[in-house]
Amino acid sequence: MHEMSLIEGVLRILADEARRQNFDRVTKVWLEVGVLSHAEPEALAFCFDAATRGTLAEGAMLEVIRTAGKAWCARCSENVPVRNRYDACPRCGGYQLQVVEGDELRVKELEVV
Amino acid sequence: MCTVCGCGNDEPRIEGHHHHGHHVHEGHHHTHADPHGGGLAAVHLAGLDPERIVQVERDILSLNDAHAAANRARLAAQGIFALNLVSSPGSGKTTLLARTVADLKARRAIAVIEGDQQTVLDADRIRETGVPAIQVNTGKGCHLDAHMVGHALDGLGLEAGGLLFIENVGNLVCPAAFDLGEAHKAVILSVTEGADKPLKYPDMFAAADVMVINKIDLLPYVDFDVDRCVEYARRIRPDMEVVRTSATTGQGLADWYAWITARRDAFLAAAWPGRRSGSR
Repeated sequence: MHEMSLIEGVLRILADEARRQNFDRVTKVWLEVGVLSHAEPEALAFCFDAATRGTLAEGAMLEVIRTAGKAWCARCSENVPVRNRYDACPRCGGYQLQVVEGDELRVKELEVV
Repeated sequence: MCTVCGCGNDEPRIEGHHHHGHHVHEGHHHTHADPHGGGLAAVHLAGLDPERIVQVERDILSLNDAHAAANRARLAAQGIFALNLVSSPGSGKTTLLARTVADLKARRAIAVIEGDQQTVLDADRIRETGVPAIQVNTGKGCHLDAHMVGHALDGLGLEAGGLLFIENVGNLVCPAAFDLGEAHKAVILSVTEGADKPLKYPDMFAAADVMVINKIDLLPYVDFDVDRCVEYARRIRPDMEVVRTSATTGQGLADWYAWITARRDAFLAAAWPGRRSGSR
């Protein structure tokens, strides 16, 4: 389960931002997690609770924002919506797809004190 | 000493020892909203610590990616071509690697970084071939990360122009997320597994540039449709290159070595423009 490592990464970003943006405590974290990313929101939530204990984000709320998947279809020459990496193009049925959106894993914003 | 992190090499490994985490959306004690004025609300007076929203917009993997970029720059400067070998446990990855380094070591300098949760068995197997190897034990960790690989590189002393193989922890999920600074990920799949693995583990197959279908000597005994497997892999990764091998009989290994040589030449042409890239 690599979500623990991902949450450790989130905590490092929070500590770094606390210095840069001058806050002591984090009460809410918004994460952008694309539907095509390799992270599972439930596992992220589980690890977030465990890993934030004793940190500046102890007790903070976690809000996961799911972003939709989008891929460039080389045959249609346009962006098409996709829900999974193995999806075919909904227009032409082909698999010449390059993911352009929906694989994000990003700390978007924070509610801080 | 790590040039990116400045750490002392012995920092604790991430261990998933937690056991009673609850879902974030349920029942969180919000300390300063206590209506009875008890607890922290009595200490933090309303108005003195107003909540505010700050913008961050940072990739969660940005620190790993910084370590990976440092590894990549270092490898490019030394003309070291690195492959990150990923697969599920039991694909024959270590057997393929031991055979590969034994066959190629006469041609150029080779070193190996072995990732496993426990034991130094795989590094021992590689060292038996006469090639230097460093074992990284991830403990409870399910993947190598770029920071570990940077430290392993410190200890390897691989000469310029050499070949570096990084054998990741046997796991088709987690290693997909962690760039190590390699030139390419090679995903190894054996014919004793399901031909539908590319669809089941799409993140890994999306991240890999080549798929090695191993144990092809066993094809007569198993129900594995190679063409279907390749078609599935190319649904995920349309330009996926494919090599078929048997690490035990040697079948297809020439194709594997030809792929490595071609990719290494392309890497060196980019990393060392104008310099002779031939074997040592």
